[in-house]
Amino acid sequence: MELNDIAKTMDEELMNNHQEEKPLTISVLTENKSGLLNGVTIIFTRRKINIEAINVSITEVEGVSRYTILIRSNRETAEKVVKQIRKLVEVLGAFVYEEDEIHYQELALYKVPMSVFLQGNKIERLVRNSGARILAIERDYIVIEKTGHKNETYDLFEKLKPYGLLEFVRSGRIAVSKSKRETATFLKELEEASKIKSN
Amino acid sequence: METLLTSTTQEGKKMTEKISGSEAVIKSLIMEGVNTVFGYPGGAIMPIYDTLYHYEDRLKHILVRHEQGAIHAAQGFARVSGEVGVCFATSGPGATNLITGIADASIDSTPIVCITGQVTSKLLGTDAFQETDVIGISMPVTKWNYQVTKADEIPEIIARAFYIAKSGRPGPVLIDITKDAQFDSLDFHYKKCEGIRSYHPVPKLDLKKVDQAAELINSAKKPYLLVGQGVLLAHAEKELKDFAEKTGIPVASTLLGLSAFSDDHELNVGFLGMHGNYGPNIKTNECDVLIAVGMRFDDRVTGDLSTYAKQAKVIHIEIDPSEIDKNVKTDIAINADAKEALKALISRVDQKQHSAWLQEFRDCDKLEQEKVINTTLAPETEKLKMAEVIKLVSDKTKGEAVIVTDVGQHQMVASRYYQFKKPKSNVTSGGLGTMGFALPAAFGAKVAAGDKEVIAVIGDGGFQMTIQELGSIFQYKVPVKIIVLNNNFLGMVRQWQQLFFDKRYSSTELVNPDFVRISEGYGIEANRVSEREKIDDAIDKMLAYDGAYFLEVEVEREDNVFPMVPAGAGVSDIRLE
Ligand SMILES: Cc1ncc(C[n+]2csc(CCOP(=O)(O)OP(=O)(O)O)c2C)c(N)n1
Repeated sequence: MELNDIAKTMDEELMNNHQEEKPLTISVLTENKSGLLNGVTIIFTRRKINIEAINVSITEVEGVSRYTILIRSNRETAEKVVKQIRKLVEVLGAFVYEEDEIHYQELALYKVPMSVFLQGNKIERLVRNSGARILAIERDYIVIEKTGHKNETYDLFEKLKPYGLLEFVRSGRIAVSKSKRETATFLKELEEASKIKSN
Repeated sequence: METLLTSTTQEGKKMTEKISGSEAVIKSLIMEGVNTVFGYPGGAIMPIYDTLYHYEDRLKHILVRHEQGAIHAAQGFARVSGEVGVCFATSGPGATNLITGIADASIDSTPIVCITGQVTSKLLGTDAFQETDVIGISMPVTKWNYQVTKADEIPEIIARAFYIAKSGRPGPVLIDITKDAQFDSLDFHYKKCEGIRSYHPVPKLDLKKVDQAAELINSAKKPYLLVGQGVLLAHAEKELKDFAEKTGIPVASTLLGLSAFSDDHELNVGFLGMHGNYGPNIKTNECDVLIAVGMRFDDRVTGDLSTYAKQAKVIHIEIDPSEIDKNVKTDIAINADAKEALKALISRVDQKQHSAWLQEFRDCDKLEQEKVINTTLAPETEKLKMAEVIKLVSDKTKGEAVIVTDVGQHQMVASRYYQFKKPKSNVTSGGLGTMGFALPAAFGAKVAAGDKEVIAVIGDGGFQMTIQELGSIFQYKVPVKIIVLNNNFLGMVRQWQQLFFDKRYSSTELVNPDFVRISEGYGIEANRVSEREKIDDAIDKMLAYDGAYFLEVEVEREDNVFPMVPAGAGVSDIRLE
C-alpha cells in the first residue's frame, strides 16, 4: 500500500469510530444564568438527540456550574453539538468524553417495604454484598442507597425487584475527566484570552 | 469608554444621575451611537416610547406598520451601514411578530438589538394580558437574550447586547424589559462592554495553520477561492482583492458574499449555488485546492455533499468554529477573522497567475452565455424577462446601487444579472429565504445609505407579504426605488412545480390587485410597464425621480431561472436548460 492509502485507511477507521453510536458524556462549564439550561437542551432537541441523564452542579469555582449530560450518539455528532453549546455566550467550556476518558458515577435509591426487610437477612446480605448501604429506616420501609455505574445499580434493582420495590430512582451521571487540569486554571486561561481579543 | 454623563469628583467618586429605566434605555442607545430605531408601540413598552418623545431630536424613531417590518428595516440598515440595527416592539404579539426577522438575522449573521416591552415582573408567568415567553421563544434564534426585571440592570445589559450583537460572528440579540423596570429609577452610569469571560468572539489566528495554507496554495495547480459574507462583515474586501490578485486565483461568491469582490474584476468568475453560474459550480469539482473564506457551505451552495469537491484539499477560513467541519471536512481550518487571516496569508503566498485554469472558467461562461444568457437577455418572447430589466438597471446605475431583493426567481435573477461594484451593496435574505424581507429592508437600507441609490427588487408574491410598509416609506419620505417583477405567480415555486411536479400548479397562481393604485394610495409615485419598448424610459424615469418610486414590470409568466442545480443533486449536475 502507498503511504497515502494507509493514511486513507486510517482516516476511514477513525471516521467509522466517529460514527459509531455509544454513550458519550458532555460536560459543560457555565456562568450562572437563568434560562441557560434551556439554551443547552434545545441544541440537543434540534438534532433529535435524546438526553439520557443530566445533572447540574456547582464546581470548585464560585459562581461556575457544571452540567453533565449523558447521551447516546456518535462522536462526530456530539462534537458538532459541543461546538454549538460553546457558542452560548455564558458557556465557559464544553467537552465530550467517551467512557474511558472519565471517572463517573451515579447514585440510586431503593425503597423496600419493612415487612420484606424483616423476613430473614436476605436483603441485608444483598445490601452488604453489592456495596450498598442503608440510608434510612422508617416504620414501613427502608431506603437503600448505592453508588455505581448504571449496570451495577441496575443489577441491585433486578435483585430487589422480587421483594416488592416500592420506589426506585437513579440520579444523572456525574463525571470528572482524567486530565489533570484544574477548572480554575482553565478559567484563568479563558479570562486571559478574552482580555487579549475583545474588540 | 466612560460616558460624558459620569464625571469624577474631587474624591474620585463617580457621579451618576438618577433617571428612570426607560430613560436609561434611550440614553444607553445614544451612548452606543444609535441614531435610528425602527419600532411599534404598545402597552408594555409605553414608558420607553414616552421617554422617546423627549429625545426625538437625538434618536430618530421610524414607526413601521408591522413589527416584522421593523426588524427587516433594522436588518437592511445594519447590512448597509455595518452598524447594529435596533428595533422596539411591545410584549406578546409585538414581540412574536419580530421572530421571523430575528431568525433571518441569526442565520444571515446580522447585528441587531431588539428591545421588547414585557408585562410587570409581578405578573410574569400568570398569562397576563399580552404576556408571552419571548425569552423562551427567541432563544434558538438569538445570539443572546436577556430579561431585565430591575431598572439598574439596564445600562450594563444594553452594553452587553451591543457588544455581543456586533462582535465575532454578528447576530441578533433580544432584551426583554418588564414594565416596572422601565418605570423604576436607577443611578445611571454607562460603560461600554469590553469583554465577557465566557465569550470569545475573535479566535486567535494560528500562524502555523496560515503557513500550512500558504504552502498548499503555493503548490496548487487549480486553486479556487469561494467567498461569503464573512469578507464583508470583516471589512476584508481589500485584503481579498490583494490576495486574489497576488495569487491569481479565480474568485466565486455565495449569495451573501456578492459585492465583496467587484463583479467586473477579471478574477471574478461569478456566483455560486443552485442558480449560480455554470463555471463556478462545475469547477468546484475540478479544482485541487478550495479556499473558502467567510462562508458556511450552505446546502444551496454545495448541493449533494457526498459529491462536493471530493478531489480538493479544503482550506476553510471562518470566524465561527462551529461552522468548521460542519458540512465539509477541511484539511486546513483557519479559525479566525477573515481580514486578519487574509492579511497573514498575503505575505506568505507566491505571486502567480493561473491563466489556463482561469480560461477553463471562461470556456464555461461561453457555454452559459450561449445556452442561457443570450436567450434570456434578448428573448423572442413577447413579454419582458426579469433578466432584461435587471440588466438595464445594472447598466443604468453602473452597478453602484444598493440592491435589496426579496425571495424567489427575481432574487436569483437579480443576483445573476446585477453587476455589483460596491461592497455591501447586496442585501437579501439568504439563509432563511424570507419572503417579505425586501420592502422593509430596502427602506431601512435607504435610511442608512444616505445619497446612495437603493433599489428593491421584489416579486408580486413577496411584495404582498409586507406591502403595508409602503406606509412607512410614505410617512418618512424614504426615497427608495421599488421594482416589482410581476409574473402573477409564486414564480420560484411554480418553476419547481413545472420541473419536478409535472406542472401541477397547486396554489401558485396569484390574482393580484392594482399595485400602481395601491402605491398611489400611499402617496408614492408609481408606474407600470409591460412593453419592451417602454422599459428603458420607465427605468430612467424611476431613477431620475426625486423621492420614493414604485415601478411594476409585467414579465413573462412562466419563465424559469437557469442554470439550476436540482435539489439534492451535486454541483456537477448543474442544468443549463
Ligand atoms: C415567508 C415565505 N413563505 C414561503 C416561501 C416559499 N417560497 C419561496 S420562493 C416563493 C415564490 C415567490 O414568489 P414571488 O414573490 O412572486 O417571486 P418570484 O419567484 O415570482 O420572483 C415562495 C412561495 C418563502 N420563501 N418565504
